[in-house]
Amino acid sequence: MNKMEKALHELSEMDALAAQDSPIHRLSPLSKLIATVVYIVVTVSFNKYQLSGLAVMVLIPVFLFQVSGIPVRTCFYKLRIVLPLVMAVGLFNPLFDRAPMFYVGSVAVSGGVVSMLSLMLKGVFCLMMSFLLIATTPIDSLCAALRRLHVPSMLVTLLLLTYRYVGVMTEELAIMTDAYHLRAPGQKGIHISAWGSFLGQVLLRSMDRAQELYSSMLLRGYEGEFRYAKTSPFGAVDAAYALGISALCLLLRYVNLAETLGRLLVR
Amino acid sequence: MIEFKDVSFSYERGTPVIEHLSFRIEAGQSVGLIGANGAGKSTVMKLLLGLVSGEGEVLVDGTPVQKTTLSQIRRKLGFVLQNSDHQMFMPTVYEDMMFAPLNYGVPRDQAEQRVDAVLAQLGLEDLKHRHNHRISGGEKRMAAIATILAMEPEAILMDEPTAALDPYNRRIIINTIRDLKQTKLITSHDLDMILDTCERVILLSDGKIVADGRADDILRNRELLEANRMELPFCLAGR
Repeated sequence: MNKMEKALHELSEMDALAAQDSPIHRLSPLSKLIATVVYIVVTVSFNKYQLSGLAVMVLIPVFLFQVSGIPVRTCFYKLRIVLPLVMAVGLFNPLFDRAPMFYVGSVAVSGGVVSMLSLMLKGVFCLMMSFLLIATTPIDSLCAALRRLHVPSMLVTLLLLTYRYVGVMTEELAIMTDAYHLRAPGQKGIHISAWGSFLGQVLLRSMDRAQELYSSMLLRGYEGEFRYAKTSPFGAVDAAYALGISALCLLLRYVNLAETLGRLLVR
Repeated sequence: MIEFKDVSFSYERGTPVIEHLSFRIEAGQSVGLIGANGAGKSTVMKLLLGLVSGEGEVLVDGTPVQKTTLSQIRRKLGFVLQNSDHQMFMPTVYEDMMFAPLNYGVPRDQAEQRVDAVLAQLGLEDLKHRHNHRISGGEKRMAAIATILAMEPEAILMDEPTAALDPYNRRIIINTIRDLKQTKLITSHDLDMILDTCERVILLSDGKIVADGRADDILRNRELLEANRMELPFCLAGR
C-alpha cells in the first residue's frame, strides 16, 4: 500500500466513523452544525490574552468525543498534517510583543507568548470540534443541513464535490505514483524534473474523473438538493443539544471557570 | 422509444464525431452499438443522455432531449458507465442504490423496498452494506447495474459492461443483462457478449451507420466487420 492508498484508506475511515452509532451520531445534522458554529465563533472571540478562560473550552469537545465513542487520539492522528500549520499561527508573536505579562517563578512570560498560545489553542479547539462534526455526520447529511440553513445550493454542491474530488484525486495520485515507481526503481519520491508533468497529469485525469462522477450524479436525478441524504427531523433533543452547547459556550465565554475555581481553592 | 433524427455532432470546430445519424429503437428491443475506437459510440450515449448536444433531433418516447426536458428524460434512462469506480460515489452500495430513487422523490421506505428487491433479483444481498471501495471489480460492476435498476428506468444504456472482467464475472453480467426486461442499448467491443444479449446491432464507423440489422447477420459478416476494424466474435471465428 503506497502513501496515497493509505490516505485514501484514511478518507474512507471518515465515512466509517460517520456511520457509527452513538447519541451524538443520532442527533440531527442541523443541531450539530449549529452547535459547532456557535462553539467556533465563541472560541475565536476570546481575547488573545484570555488564556485561562479559553483553555476551559477544551472541556466541551473532549466531553463530546467521549459521548460519541470516538477517541480523541483519532482526531489528533487524522489532523496530524493540519495541526502543525495551525500551531504555526502566531509563532512570531513573541518577537513583536515582548512586554512581560506575568511571572512563573522568576521567568517572565511575555504577552507575545500568551497570545501565541491562545492562537494555537483556538486553532486546535476549533479543529477538534469541526472534526467531531465530520466524524459523526455523513457529508451528504451535512450538506442537507447547510441547505436547510439556506446556504446557496451552488456553495453546498461545491463543498460536496470538493470532498468527493479529494478522494478522486488521491486515487489518481495512487495509480500514477505506482506507475512512476514501477519505471523508476530505487528512486525515493518523484524526481523534481517530473513534478510539472506529473502534477498536470494528475489534475487533468482527476478532472476527467470528477466530471464523470458529476455526470453520474446528474443522470441519477441530482439537481443540487440533497433529498437522498439521511436527515432526522429537528426534534426536542436536537434543540436541547444545540441550545445546551450554545449556552455552555456563552457561559464559559463570560465566566472564567478556571479563575473562579482557582479563587475558591485559594480561599 | 429512442429515436435519432439526422443527428450530427463535433467537438469545438473539430472533425465531426457523429454525422447525420438516424435510427430508431423500439421499446423492449435490445440493441448493440458496435464500432472501432473513435467510431462515436460513447458520443451517441452522451447525446441521448443530454450530456452533449448536437444538431438534429434526439427523442426519447417522443420527447426531444433538450435542457428543459433533461430531468424527465434522465428519469427514463439508466446509464451504466464503463468504469464503475466513476459511477459509484456514495460510501456503501446501499447508499448508492438509494441515491436515485430518493432524488426522484420516492419515499424512503419505498426506496428501501425497491433496493432490497433489486438486490434480491441480482443475488447481491451480501453487498448491501459493503463499502464501495472494498468490493471486487466484478461485484462493483454488478452493484453499478443494481444502482441503475433501483431507478426503475424504462431503458438501460451500458457502456462496455464486460470490460476488464474475468470470464466468470463476465458470464454473470451477460446473464444479468439477458434477464433485464427493459429496452437496452449496449456499446461494446465484446462481440460475443453482444451476440449473447442483443437481437439487433448498429455498426458505426467514423460517426456514421454502416450497418443496422439482426445481430446474427451482422456479427457473422467477416468482411463487413474487418472492413470496419473489427473481428468476428470468438465463438464464430472457428479455428
